[in-house]
Amino acid sequence: MAPNNKISKIQELVYEIRVGEVMKKDVFTVSPRTHMSVLRVILKENRFSGAPVIDKGELIGIISIEDFIKWLAGREEDCPISEKMTRNVSTLYTDEPLTNAISKFDQHGFGRLIVIDRYSKKLEGILTKGDIVEGLLKKLEIDYDDEESRRLRIQHFFEDISADKTVLLFQYDVIGHDFKRAGECSSRLKATLKRLGLHPQTTRRVAIATYEAEMNLIIYTDGGHIRVRVEPHEILVRVEDSGPGIPDIEKALQPGYSTAPEWVRELGFGAGMGLNNIRKCASKMDLRSTAGKGTRLGIYVSVEDGAGCEAN
Amino acid sequence: MILEDIKKILEAEVIVGDELLSRNIKMACGCDLMSDVLSFVKSGSLLLTGLTNPQVVRTAEMADLAAVCFVRGKRPDRETIELAKSKDIPLLMTHLLLFESCGRLHLKGLSGCSENVKQH
Repeated sequence: MAPNNKISKIQELVYEIRVGEVMKKDVFTVSPRTHMSVLRVILKENRFSGAPVIDKGELIGIISIEDFIKWLAGREEDCPISEKMTRNVSTLYTDEPLTNAISKFDQHGFGRLIVIDRYSKKLEGILTKGDIVEGLLKKLEIDYDDEESRRLRIQHFFEDISADKTVLLFQYDVIGHDFKRAGECSSRLKATLKRLGLHPQTTRRVAIATYEAEMNLIIYTDGGHIRVRVEPHEILVRVEDSGPGIPDIEKALQPGYSTAPEWVRELGFGAGMGLNNIRKCASKMDLRSTAGKGTRLGIYVSVEDGAGCEAN
Repeated sequence: MILEDIKKILEAEVIVGDELLSRNIKMACGCDLMSDVLSFVKSGSLLLTGLTNPQVVRTAEMADLAAVCFVRGKRPDRETIELAKSKDIPLLMTHLLLFESCGRLHLKGLSGCSENVKQH
């Protein structure tokens, strides 16, 4: 990856990551009535450089090591924290993007910012520049790992096989009318494609189309097979059954046309969108059916198409 | 908006996924027809629905949804809960009706799946 790409990735991340994801949640707070001499022990023992001051659950200020040093240097009498703390506390909301936090740090030169909830205004955590760096690094590491393993998996897998043509085949058997287990085959296929390292959008398209096809097998037939052929450039899902068949394919493809019984509709399916959905996800679809004999459905998803955009 | 915010806005109860509340929610959709969900919902969305059967979780899994919130006080059965746990899909439950839930979230700036979504 070129260096300037990396910069834009970080720029992207500072907009994407929320303060709440990287802040430290366990915050040590002090009461405004705690004395400065006690604070000295707290700061020393815990190696804190500051702490939010909370009164009756509300944030009323912040006391930092700088405030403490000022008090020491002034050789003043012992007094409650409330007299020495900074009252106008600059805060962040948990749902703000990191970029807002970064500009606040830049503007004011604070060492830490208190994070509160946008609605309840309650203290949620504390954020330092170190937390931002740590959060960014973690996210970059995860993204890098994902990308790296994706690249390693599928490419190496296919490249390591020495052949003029490589095809992977998976078969899933669907039992008709078994609504409880509906979706299991698609779920297993999705997990397998993920493991192969296919692009997430390609995997999503195949999974949605297969799920709809699996539901059709369960609703209308006594069962059937889903055979999946994975090639480096394309995935073909072939769904076959020896069920009742589709008398009028043209009609069946119309959005909203359905012959589903009421119990299926109650479960959120059978609204006449299935085949239409499959067609939307597929780069190419091929449907053949003979009434009384069975149905063969071919769903082709090209790897290039799939990675391009969301199916819907 | 993160799931924690949604929980607060909808006064919802977390059924599965207490540890997943920092999950980012980009958009939402209110729908009881799973085929329509599969057809129109984008990945990373929150699904608000009154259906509570395991197919809702399956749908969420296939379409890469970020979370599901049941409306009208509907509580899912054990199978649905177990499936959601195994797939890391957070489940919430609110007593609000579907329209009210959508309205509250939309007012707070959460967009729908057909709207142009800005990053921040």
